[in-house]
Amino acid sequence: MLADKDRIFKNLYGQHDWRLKGARARGAWDGTKDILARGREALVNECKASGQRGRGGAGFATGLKWSFMPKEAALGRPHYLVVNADESEPGTCKDREIMRHDPHLLIEGCLIAGCAMGAHTCYIYIRGEFIRERERLEAATAEAYEAKLIGKNNVHGFDFDIIVHHGAGAYICGEETALLESLEGKKGMPRLKPPFPANMGLYGCPTTVNNVETIAQVPDIMRRGAAWFAGIGRKNNTGTKLFCISGHVERPCNVEEEMGIALRELIERHAGGVRGGWSNLLAVIPGGSSMPLIPAGPDQADTLRMDFDGCRDKKSALGTAAVIVMDKSADIVGAMARISYFYKHESCGQCTPCREGMGWMWRVLERMAEGRAQKREIDLLWEVTTQIEGHTICAFGDGAAWPVQGLLRHFRPEIERRIDQYTANPHPEPVAVAAE
Amino acid sequence: MSVRRLAEKQPPSFAFTPENLAWAKAQIDKYPRGRQQSAVIPILWRAQQQCGGWLPQKAIEAVADMLGMAKIRVLEIATFYTMFNLSPVGKFHVQFCGTTPCMLRGADALKKVLRRMIGEENEVSADGKFSWVEVECLGACVNAPMVQINADYFEDLTSDSLTRIINDLSAGRTVKPGPQIDRINSAPVGGPTTLTDPSLFAGEADAKGEGDAPDDEAKRPGAAANVHEAPIPKPPIADATDPRRQ
Repeated sequence: MLADKDRIFKNLYGQHDWRLKGARARGAWDGTKDILARGREALVNECKASGQRGRGGAGFATGLKWSFMPKEAALGRPHYLVVNADESEPGTCKDREIMRHDPHLLIEGCLIAGCAMGAHTCYIYIRGEFIRERERLEAATAEAYEAKLIGKNNVHGFDFDIIVHHGAGAYICGEETALLESLEGKKGMPRLKPPFPANMGLYGCPTTVNNVETIAQVPDIMRRGAAWFAGIGRKNNTGTKLFCISGHVERPCNVEEEMGIALRELIERHAGGVRGGWSNLLAVIPGGSSMPLIPAGPDQADTLRMDFDGCRDKKSALGTAAVIVMDKSADIVGAMARISYFYKHESCGQCTPCREGMGWMWRVLERMAEGRAQKREIDLLWEVTTQIEGHTICAFGDGAAWPVQGLLRHFRPEIERRIDQYTANPHPEPVAVAAE
Repeated sequence: MSVRRLAEKQPPSFAFTPENLAWAKAQIDKYPRGRQQSAVIPILWRAQQQCGGWLPQKAIEAVADMLGMAKIRVLEIATFYTMFNLSPVGKFHVQFCGTTPCMLRGADALKKVLRRMIGEENEVSADGKFSWVEVECLGACVNAPMVQINADYFEDLTSDSLTRIINDLSAGRTVKPGPQIDRINSAPVGGPTTLTDPSLFAGEADAKGEGDAPDDEAKRPGAAANVHEAPIPKPPIADATDPRRQ
């Protein structure tokens, strides 16, 4: 288990003062000037050496992402840092805790990351529903301005502005290019890549988009050194991670733990175990609703290690590390149908496979949850998911297809059982079939 | 995607109050010159608050005029982003989370309470006080099931606690946002399993006694759903030399 002294988010539960004074007492803003004095290249190299991978879902190496920014800012093309605080992945509620309880870690991280990519302006895009969290973040930003920690002619000698911006309820704005569109005052529809944001991002200028947790970890990485961070977890999966454990556990909670912790240990140590004991586990979604579920079993959830490679080995992904636990009382097909409804509701409508496919998948899954379907539709549904996956502008299509694939991969017998049960009983209505 | 249309009955006009107008101008100044369109969502949001929680067509047009945008561009924003209500809502607008993590923890029971106490989804109750809508994940999944009422989250709900909250709001009593069971924010029930080493917070003890009380805002009863979102101190924009003005 991770020792308390190795934790980055010391005020995760909000038991202590979130204000500047409290944050400073816990170590924030300590020696920031010396860190910035190391220079751009050293900061990027330190981040690369730490092995930190993005905490927002895709797990892209942070230092490498920073290094894509142009070396010099061209005239009239300033660099921008954009922090993605549009946390909306079902199951995920970690960035909210950072913003309301440890906002100064995020603000300090923005300054350091901004320095590492030559950006003097940072936009924090927070989801519209987080009104209280936004107020908190704005208050903390105002404190930092007042203490001259950021702003023009600040004590660190690196002019830096932070602007808190908010959305108004669109999951798709968590996709980085959709977020940039939204920040420019348009509908949040993802852009084609290339050009990548590091060349043509916000207002056509070089931009890097990072997750809140990624940025908030940066000050500690710089202060304690890359070796400290790299010493936690295992190769390619270094550092600490905020896990959100929800669903059918005794005591759902957020907790910061070591990367690569065993799923069972994570749940039993911090969340009081699965309701009814480990043997009552049906399936777990390891990384937010977009990731395929992993069923219980000796080769599956029992031996799952919670890091990027560990989840990949079980044909899933770590995503945001939002663990949704389902015990044997869960209606697994219904739960997945609800996730499909989520994607149907949140599709931006730009690409046809996604716009049409989401509603189609949802309708079929709703029928399958009742058993009111044909067995051949299971294969058809699989076929449709593969038609969506990889055929859309952004990864939203993949993220909606994967959970359905996970269901079909592991719970096909359950769907067939429901169909058998339905057809065994007389019904006045004929069984519907999906249009092909 | 969801179908969203403007309400049939629309007020004849809209104008920002002087305070909101000044606030909107300050929002525009946050973005680089010529990029005032960036401020469209915050300004629409303020317009929605001024109109009592929904966006009439005239407000959308007024925002378009203010930002020099085509009306259709603002209309498509208002219809794309689901937090913009296009028809009137109750004084207390309940956003009920029905996505899988909440569903697994019993959100369906809350939906029944809302149906019973308020009425059908998207309809304002007869006294004008309440309305409710099912929304997608609100991002408080370890505190499921939950609802958002105006600006505040009410977490770890049961049918009983939601009934009590609605009754209290209806009677004009203050309600306490956050977890409705004995629990510290997102820590496990019964107390945190981590962050128990007192030496982590030794520095705080030294810093104390200089005035500020420790923060327990999350537990304070005052900041409740019936208190409207307050204007927030914004980062100062120094003067004409500020790069954001150029």
